Amino acid sequence: MGWLPDPVERLLEVALVGELTVIGRNGRPIAHPLIPLYDGTHIFLHSSTLFSKKLEHIKANPRVSLALTDPVAMKGNPDRATIQGTARVIDDDPHADWERLILDLWRAKEPAINDFLKARVALPLFFERGVIEITPERCLYWADGRTDLPPSEKRAPREAAA
Amino acid sequence: MAIATATVPMRSGSVPAHAPTAADLERLATYPHVVVSWVDDDGYPTSVATSFTVESADGTVRLRMPRGMAIPSDRELSVMGSHIRPQPGVGYDERRYLQLWGRVQGDAFRPTRAWGWDEAEVPFFEYSERSVPQSRRYLAALSEEKGRTIRPRLSLFWLALRTTRMPFLSATAVPVLLGIAVAASHGAFTWWTALLTLIGASLAHLGANVANDLFDTLQGADEANTTPTMFSGGSRVAIYDLVSVRGLAFIAGGLFGGAVAIGLLLVAVTQSATLLWIGVAGILVGIAYTAPPLKLVYRGLGEIAIALGFGPIMVLGAYVVQTGELAWEPLVLSLVPGILIALILYVNEIPDRRSDASAGKGTLPVRLAPETVRTGYLVAALAAFGIVLLGVIGGLFPWPAMAALVAVPIALRVHRGLEVHYDSPYTLMAVMGTNVNLNLAVGGLLLLAYVAWIVVGLIT
Repeated sequence: MGWLPDPVERLLEVALVGELTVIGRNGRPIAHPLIPLYDGTHIFLHSSTLFSKKLEHIKANPRVSLALTDPVAMKGNPDRATIQGTARVIDDDPHADWERLILDLWRAKEPAINDFLKARVALPLFFERGVIEITPERCLYWADGRTDLPPSEKRAPREAAA
Repeated sequence: MAIATATVPMRSGSVPAHAPTAADLERLATYPHVVVSWVDDDGYPTSVATSFTVESADGTVRLRMPRGMAIPSDRELSVMGSHIRPQPGVGYDERRYLQLWGRVQGDAFRPTRAWGWDEAEVPFFEYSERSVPQSRRYLAALSEEKGRTIRPRLSLFWLALRTTRMPFLSATAVPVLLGIAVAASHGAFTWWTALLTLIGASLAHLGANVANDLFDTLQGADEANTTPTMFSGGSRVAIYDLVSVRGLAFIAGGLFGGAVAIGLLLVAVTQSATLLWIGVAGILVGIAYTAPPLKLVYRGLGEIAIALGFGPIMVLGAYVVQTGELAWEPLVLSLVPGILIALILYVNEIPDRRSDASAGKGTLPVRLAPETVRTGYLVAALAAFGIVLLGVIGGLFPWPAMAALVAVPIALRVHRGLEVHYDSPYTLMAVMGTNVNLNLAVGGLLLLAYVAWIVVGLIT
């Protein structure tokens, strides 16, 4: 079971884009807009091997954050959140792992992916993918997106973060 | 720090980040908010969204400071603007983002580095192609990490289809069937040699496709191309590491071997030395098209090679298999599919012209001005129809062949499309498709004309 506040779970369920920030080799924060998926416990993002520098960065330093900030990408929900956590890259089989792990969640948010999948032959490398599984550890939440006010903060129960 | 005033195209993939420009700040100003990220004292990245204004005069971004979460001034920040347009029930489009890195003093953020992507400037397919080297690097590192080879995959069916570019076989079917039809109209037809001719010619065509990819890969032409389409840029199976270069050589050899075996069988059956020489010419043209030392397509001779291969060689070859002799009618008729199939290549080379030029592949669209290319298309297409018209008037072709002239508007549509879409590889795709259909329409109508002629002859 997840521990994230209900309003943040609602954001995760509708967000078409969130900003994943990873730490580059020189310690620089690098943000990537990605579609976040949520199974009630973990946050999943995914990346083609074409755009896989973020996967390399996570393997070198698994600490990441995910910001949910854009009401346009969240069905008009103005709330905002930043979730910090530890990520792992699942890429034992970049051809098939992601289908097993996240395809149903992805389809639910981006039905057009079905058409892309039918044309897999046209975009073979796009469908060689790594899955980023984030275990949330700390969450900052701004009701109504009011970042001019201090966020409410919640940390993972010890067993969830372990 | 002074902001460079030159406009740097916003590129991604293999193109590195750049020093921020005034154009970058102008772009950033179009986003409704930015996400500011940094690495916090616990060693985790953290982010906060905030409003901002761009100060073009001093090249800074004024950030509205959030409360309860101080943006640090002692470390590097990322400031990102991101945009999508949701498409309910589908997903989203209009993807773009811009990321600046730098430090903040007070509320003034001074960027020193920029990177981003806007699909309106760099279409997704081009962005993906630019990123292919990263995919190869990642999978190579992953193979090392896992202790086994990890390569991209496709199912055998799709891989075979993509590697051989099988859908282009219509270009072989048209001339071979025309040759067979002309022979049948002359009273010569054996079904099984006709079938073998079609299979043999198809194998030679597929072999030439694979050999073309092999040599284009070895000579760097395919790798330089970052705007391939379904009609141009080759199969890319070696670029994507779906098939090795050695594998391509093996497949091309196998396909050519099959074509040669069938050709020799047909020579033995027909006892025709003419057929032998036509077959030898076909294989040589197929290889010399891209293979050194001739590399015909690299010298602006690709269209002539294609016109010969898909015109006289295929039509006459199919005719000779059935009749054992040469004749003027199939020779003159062969010029029609020869020209139209050469025009498929000609139009498909247009989106590749910049990358072809960089790889030393001097195709006609590389050598000629756009207006000349467009005029050349119209002249050649009308010449094909002129041959049909003169062939009928001269009594060489049966009169129903005039039906092929109803396809003239398709050629005019392609010509108009070249005027509008010449510089856009992706919108040119529809024009390339129409051009493929032109060959199918003309070939199909000529074929129907001959079938009708044969049927009428049988009845009367």
